[in-house]
Amino acid sequence: MTLIRGPRDFGIGAIYLALGLAGFIIARNYSFGTSGRMGPGYFPTVISSLLIVFGLVTIARGVFREGAPIGAINWKGILLVTLSVCAFGYLLERAGLVAALLALILISAAASERFRLEARALAGVVALIVFCAVVFVEGLGLPMPILGEWFRN
Amino acid sequence: MDIFANLWLGLTVAATFSNLLYCLVGVFLGTAIGVLPGLGPVATIAMLLPITFGLPPESALIMLAGIYYGAQYGGSTTAILVNLPGEPSSVVTALDGYQMARQGHAGRALSTAAIGSFIAGTISTLLIAVFAPALAAVALQFGPAEYFSLMVLGLIASIVMASGPLLHALGMILVGLLLGMVGTDVNSAVPRYTFDMPLLADGLNFVVIAMGVFGLGEIAANLEDEAGRTVMTRRVTGLMPTKEDWKRIIAPILRGTALGSLLGILPGGGAALASFGSYSLEKKMSKTPEQFGKGAIEGVAGPEAANNAGAQTSFIPMLTLGLPSNSVMALMIGAMIIQGIQPGPSVMTEQPTLFWGLIASMWIGNLMLLVLNLPLIGLWVRMIAIPYHLLYPIIIVFCAIGVFSVNNNTFDVFAMALFGVVGYVFRKLDAEPAPMLLAFILGPMMEEFLRRVLLFSKGDPSVLVTRPVSAILLAIAAMLLAAVLLPSVRKGRKQAFQEE
Repeated sequence: MTLIRGPRDFGIGAIYLALGLAGFIIARNYSFGTSGRMGPGYFPTVISSLLIVFGLVTIARGVFREGAPIGAINWKGILLVTLSVCAFGYLLERAGLVAALLALILISAAASERFRLEARALAGVVALIVFCAVVFVEGLGLPMPILGEWFRN
Repeated sequence: MDIFANLWLGLTVAATFSNLLYCLVGVFLGTAIGVLPGLGPVATIAMLLPITFGLPPESALIMLAGIYYGAQYGGSTTAILVNLPGEPSSVVTALDGYQMARQGHAGRALSTAAIGSFIAGTISTLLIAVFAPALAAVALQFGPAEYFSLMVLGLIASIVMASGPLLHALGMILVGLLLGMVGTDVNSAVPRYTFDMPLLADGLNFVVIAMGVFGLGEIAANLEDEAGRTVMTRRVTGLMPTKEDWKRIIAPILRGTALGSLLGILPGGGAALASFGSYSLEKKMSKTPEQFGKGAIEGVAGPEAANNAGAQTSFIPMLTLGLPSNSVMALMIGAMIIQGIQPGPSVMTEQPTLFWGLIASMWIGNLMLLVLNLPLIGLWVRMIAIPYHLLYPIIIVFCAIGVFSVNNNTFDVFAMALFGVVGYVFRKLDAEPAPMLLAFILGPMMEEFLRRVLLFSKGDPSVLVTRPVSAILLAIAAMLLAAVLLPSVRKGRKQAFQEE
């Protein structure tokens, strides 16, 4: 890691550069037009070019200038939080709101080191699911099935 | 007087039973989320947006506004009682407020904050009533060049308050602008960056981005320092300030109100900048600056007045120009558009009940905060004590259901999960996402205005600097950028964020 003195600069610079390049290359499919008659590709191309420049400058700063390390990454936290939301999205229409919420709450709660599956916590989970079903489905009429396709023949 | 006729109209709208109720719900919820660390007004308003779809526009905006200024208020309660600023704008309140609490004067600090906020709220409501029509009249003269330059100024101003290196914040603006390009181009009907997905044809939804980046991303970041979250609770007694206190706080409150009102109008400024400014002003004005940081009541009164005034006047650019000055205002604009109202100078003339009703409700809401919150302090103290590990799964539940309900579509749920990861990565790399969200909202508008500017001038961009108002706006933007680059300001900015 001696090559990169400021890993935060380097990291965000690489992201800027990647996004800028992707934006620039994709925008080549859209007609650029002229300044007087901007085509759909004009503004994206300008923005992407600027992003490429900023990416390169930030990367350079990361290489030459001393910066703070990125620090420990909470893999478990970000992974479980993301997974819990994806599980909710996958299950909502298939298995219904009750099952989707149960998966969401249990998976996301596991991200914390302090979470214990005990009677009081389970009572809270049940109360939260009932609350959501009553307020959002019955009360506000959101089109979410309480029990999804899997439970209907 | 026109102003009083208008305010009276506003009061008749805001004081109907149902609107009073929505106002109360808004300020109560706002205070609650302000008290709870790790849940900000952006995520909360984004979560509650779907609930407002069915309400009349007045009620919806009154409630959402209540959440915003209620959150400023709740943030200072936690700052004083447990030295945990619930909102960035109450960081400085923690400096002296917490010291006062440690010396046994928590009650006086809390009431000073409440009274300061109320006085500031009252004055800034009047200021909005006086200046908003004038500004709207000016705004009607604005052409595309002026709007474009104003948006540039807004984006530059947003990075002043962003934490982390300036270079990162500028890059985040560009990322936001690029994200704003996703969807069908209004002029040519060409789908851009949609990857042939029909669901992306209408562009990314800003609620999805806001909830992913500010809701999920923040939760993942908060889970890192769980150990540091021990909260102590203490009894609060002696709620009323003494006669001596009154003498000491009235001048700081008025100065804070003036400063806050001014900074709030600036796009990108808002409440946080105002409270930092007021604190250093009071320290300079004080005969006993050495007391600051050790429990000086002026150090609570000034910033609290300033952040509340700033929170209120930041509605001015939103209501008169249709320009958001921060992420919360961007969400409010989203709420208005969902209600079928295009924010801009015409709102005041075409929707007078909405405009004046909202302004009058802010004053009523401030009164509610003053009357309700001091007796409710025991409840807030208990809420502070809720452990985070019980809280965040509930936040995720509301984010997930909220984001689904925007389009009744699970695609948005997955997109939110993706932006949660994005938000976490950005945070880890010292890049604050707030400017990105602002740029995302402004991006399509900027493109459209630039297109018109260049169409009229036949491709010559120099109109942007030859039209006087546009030139002045760009000059202010350039000066702001230069000021942020100055070594002394950079140092101050760094210190300010280290105290968070």
